Amino acid sequence: MKEMSRIVRTVTNFVYGFIIIFGFYIIVHGHLTPGGGFQGGAVVGSAFALLLVSYGSLNSKKFLKKDIFSLFENFGLILFIVLGFSGLGITFFYNFLANSGGWFGNTAVIGVNPGNMNTGGVIPLMNIAVGLEVLSAFGVIVLTMASAAEFTKKKENS
Amino acid sequence: MKKIIFGIAFIIFFSFLIVSAINMRTFGEPTFSEMDDYFIENAQSETGANNVVTSIVFDYRGFDTLGEATVLFTAVVGVVALFRGVKK
Repeated sequence: MKEMSRIVRTVTNFVYGFIIIFGFYIIVHGHLTPGGGFQGGAVVGSAFALLLVSYGSLNSKKFLKKDIFSLFENFGLILFIVLGFSGLGITFFYNFLANSGGWFGNTAVIGVNPGNMNTGGVIPLMNIAVGLEVLSAFGVIVLTMASAAEFTKKKENS
Repeated sequence: MKKIIFGIAFIIFFSFLIVSAINMRTFGEPTFSEMDDYFIENAQSETGANNVVTSIVFDYRGFDTLGEATVLFTAVVGVVALFRGVKK
């Protein structure tokens, strides 16, 4: 995959940071606003796909590392399962942090939230874990397929 | 003989479909609403999250979300295993 024209690369340089920040906003605010781990992870993954398409697979290998994405994916899934198991004193996936006063433990105002993000118990942590898993899953899939396309093109030419 | 048995079975099956279509509720009415009322009443105070949908997805039905995340992980493992022979 070759890199695209200078116009596309300039627009990508302007836009990709905002896309990644918006995706992380959706992930972190999952317990207050519509969205959550899956949706925000998909948004961040689309930013990675944009970088890969505009810069080509050879250039983007310098700043998108497949091994780091793979590590983050495993870390996200393991964090999610550990959070599920840590409520096992009562039931599997019990929300043991909610309304406890500690981490994310404030009681929520019924109705409109005035911006208190420190609520939700284990839900924001699970959102972050799932978001980390989904965004690195998209990165791994896109990078693997791009390198495979490069390989087949090289094989056909030789 | 085979055709007659098949025809009778088809008629019985189709009459079940007709009866259930006649007895169906009007469009949009849920069959049971006790669970919806429980979620709307207690989800915000029990889980502390103002987004009721997220509190259902990640708290009440967390096991389902674990399955979804595992499905995505399996998809990634499948893609990587499919292209494992590709040199960098």
